[in-house]
Amino acid sequence: MENKSINLEKEFQARIDRGENIEAKDWMPEKYRKTHIRQISQHAHSEVVGMLPEGNWISRAPSLRRKVALLAKVQDEAGHGLYLYSAAETLGISRDELVEQLLEGTAKYSSIFNYPTLTWADMGAVGWLVDGAAIINQVMLTKTSYGPYARAMVRICKEESFHQRQGYEIMLALANGTDAQKQMAQDALNRFWWPSLMMFGPRDEDSPNTEQSMKWKIKKKTNDELRQQFVDQTVPQADILGLTIPDPDLKWNDENGGYDFGEIDWDEFWDVVKGNGPCNRKRMEDRNNAWDNGAWVREAALAHARKQAEQKISKTA
Amino acid sequence: MEQKALYDYLLLLGDNPTILGQRLGELCGHGPELETDIALTNISLDLFGQVRNYFQYAAEVIGNGATEDSVAMLRHEHEYKNALLVEQPNRDFAYVICRQFLFDIFHQLLLNELMSSKNERISAIAHKSVKEVDYHVDFSSTWMKRLGDGTEESNQRLTEAMGFLWRYSMELFKPTETETLMAEMGVGPDLSELKPIYMERVNTTLQASKLVMPEKTTYQYGGKTGRHTEYMGYILAEFQYMQRAYPNMKW
Repeated sequence: MENKSINLEKEFQARIDRGENIEAKDWMPEKYRKTHIRQISQHAHSEVVGMLPEGNWISRAPSLRRKVALLAKVQDEAGHGLYLYSAAETLGISRDELVEQLLEGTAKYSSIFNYPTLTWADMGAVGWLVDGAAIINQVMLTKTSYGPYARAMVRICKEESFHQRQGYEIMLALANGTDAQKQMAQDALNRFWWPSLMMFGPRDEDSPNTEQSMKWKIKKKTNDELRQQFVDQTVPQADILGLTIPDPDLKWNDENGGYDFGEIDWDEFWDVVKGNGPCNRKRMEDRNNAWDNGAWVREAALAHARKQAEQKISKTA
Repeated sequence: MEQKALYDYLLLLGDNPTILGQRLGELCGHGPELETDIALTNISLDLFGQVRNYFQYAAEVIGNGATEDSVAMLRHEHEYKNALLVEQPNRDFAYVICRQFLFDIFHQLLLNELMSSKNERISAIAHKSVKEVDYHVDFSSTWMKRLGDGTEESNQRLTEAMGFLWRYSMELFKPTETETLMAEMGVGPDLSELKPIYMERVNTTLQASKLVMPEKTTYQYGGKTGRHTEYMGYILAEFQYMQRAYPNMKW
């Protein structure tokens, strides 16, 4: 028996090493399944919680064109939440169970959404920086070993890169605007820069799961590699906007062919992860209220569907 | 004079989707499930798309450097001509659905008529919008039936919402001077002709939803002539915030 399971694991790893996709019905180690449920649901929850800080500006968007674009974007995020929950469901867990985990606080979502959106420029900064950082992770995930997750990512990446351009375009309009608009843009960059760098997770030496994740091709690059890629890609974009990255230690390193940058405030990082960020409580309150206030609606929809099905059966009988 | 009347008519057409779109936008991320969040955001998106078409046209009609945004956002409260129905708050999902349903049925009838408007521009906007609104009708009618038929609680909540919101329904059919003029000119429909079809359609869906038509009520009017509810000032405070706080800027 033990031999059999060792063989299964060997064969599983060999398939991953050959670059094959693992599909829902394939055998997989329990740890692989659990890791994926955790990661995919965390990603789904991030999309759903991420609707809140942007939804915060829908009613106050400065023009009709921007309002329509923001509505479309937030709607896309809800759609991403849906496909990700479906991808997680292929691993044998229901969406309701996953949502319960979020609402009880046992499942996490991206800490970036625990920062507030205070001005219109934050809609630009979120698109440019937050979606920009997310895409770096997600492009890597289009090649991840679990098929349903990889395919969801392909779709999501297309929409996310559109969102990022939209965010950058908001920043560009502000950068070309009045002093008040430029100030608003700089302030948004000041507030979102460091939290965006934190999106890549702890330093490699503090990230114990990285090795296993690399072996299973859930990850192809380490947190620090991805973070570096983000910095290198974003600094020239800030230059075009005429904005200053709020890091006195940021400078080009000829030898590494990339930017050196200052130390992240890891105390802040862990504080927000542990629930003590500026908006953790508000986000969870909003999600809990939406869920609780919607309970009677979901019950009604189920009851109606049941009655319809019964009617159909009695008609055919 | 005719231009002023046309401008006013475009406001009458555009202000309902503006304020309803604004109300739906408040719900984003707070709905009972992801599917309804997507649908309601999508309806809001459709409505604001229609608003842009009406107000781009209105801006051309009024001239003087007006834009779709100045038409939409830089008027005083009494200059908005939306019906009182669409400014009603999102009390709960039953109110949201019921408000949507009462507006959608009207909106569909209106657009069907506007498709044959003598004003080509309005006719073109109606042709484009009606496909979207057919979907809105389908969405809100289906949810009326689900909630009406679902559980005792959902039926009771929907009955309450309907009982309250019905008082705002007849304003949609009470023509203003501008609407009467536009009907005479063949630009817009005679609203009184739409009313019996509206009553019939609402009644049919209510029956399918196990609801009864609300009893006689004192109908409320005023929005279309600029007299709004107390909610309106707050809706506009958010809607106009950026344009008021940072005037004359490009976004």
